[in-house]
Amino acid sequence: MKSKWWIIGLCIALLLAVISPIASQFPDGLDRFAEDNNFVDKAVEPAFSMIPDYSFPGIASEATATIIAGVLGTLILFGLVFGLASLLKTKNEA
Amino acid sequence: MHIPDGFLSAPVAVATGVVAVAAIAVAVKETNKKMGEKQVPMMGVLAAFIFAAQMLNFPVVGGTSGHFVGAALAAVLLGPWATVLILSSVLVVQSLVFQDGGLLALGANITNMGLIAGFGSYYIYKGIDMLFKNGRTGTLVGAGVGAWFSVVLASLACAVELSLSGTSPWVIAISAMGGVHMLIGVGEGLITVAVLSLIMATRADLLKLQIA
Repeated sequence: MKSKWWIIGLCIALLLAVISPIASQFPDGLDRFAEDNNFVDKAVEPAFSMIPDYSFPGIASEATATIIAGVLGTLILFGLVFGLASLLKTKNEA
Repeated sequence: MHIPDGFLSAPVAVATGVVAVAAIAVAVKETNKKMGEKQVPMMGVLAAFIFAAQMLNFPVVGGTSGHFVGAALAAVLLGPWATVLILSSVLVVQSLVFQDGGLLALGANITNMGLIAGFGSYYIYKGIDMLFKNGRTGTLVGAGVGAWFSVVLASLACAVELSLSGTSPWVIAISAMGGVHMLIGVGEGLITVAVLSLIMATRADLLKLQIA
C-alpha cells in the first residue's frame, strides 16, 4: 500500500463514474412524485445548458457520453473542493 | 431529490437561499479552524465520490429510483460543517454544469441535502454512537441510522418547501415524499455503512479527521 490513500479513493470515485451507465433510468423520488401529481410540467428549462442529463453533448454513444460526463464531473469536484480546502488550510496557518 | 426551477415560489427560493448562504459562511469559518494536512484530500475525495455515487440511481419500488446523497458519510468522516461545504460544492457543480437542480432552487437543495441531511445525520450518529461500548459497532450503527434519517429529513424539508410554494398540498407532499424516501434511505444507510466498513478495514486512522 505505497500509493497515497486519497489516490485510491479518487480512483474508486472514477470507477463509479465509469460504471454510471448502469444506473436505473427510473425517475427519482421527487421526479416520480412530480409526475404522479401532475406538476412535473412546472419545471422550467435551464437558462443555459452545458452537459445536461449527465450526457456529454455531441457523442453518438449514450453510454460513452455518460461516462465522459461522469469522469469530468468527478475530476471537477475533486479539484474544486481540494482547492477550496487548501485555501481554508492556508488561511488557517496564516 | 434535486428540485428544478419552477417548483418553488419566489419567497421560498429566497428564504432557502438566505439559509444556504448563511450556512456556507459559517461553514467556511468553522472548517477553517481545523483544516489540516489530511483533511484537504479527504474533502476532495469525498466530493468526487459523492458526485459519482449520486449518478448511480438504484431502483426502489414501482418504477421509481433513488440515489445516494452522501451527507451522512461526509458528516461521520469530517463533521457537519465540512459536509455543508462538500455538498454545496457538489450541488453547485450539478446545477451549473449538469443542469441537475435549478439555479434558483440551489438554496433549497443545499438546505435540504447539505444542511439538514448533514446536521440531522450527524447528531443522530453521535447519539447512537455514545450508546455503544464497542466504538466500531457504534460508528456503523449510528452512521447507518443517521444516513436513513438524513434522506427522510431532506425529503420532508423538500415536501415542506413544495407545499409552502403552493406546488403540492401538504398531506400529499409529506406522505408521498416521506414514504418513498423511507425506502431510498435504506440504500443510503447500506452504502454509508459499506464505505465506512471499507475505511475501517483498510485505513481506520481516516475515521479520526472530524473538523467541524
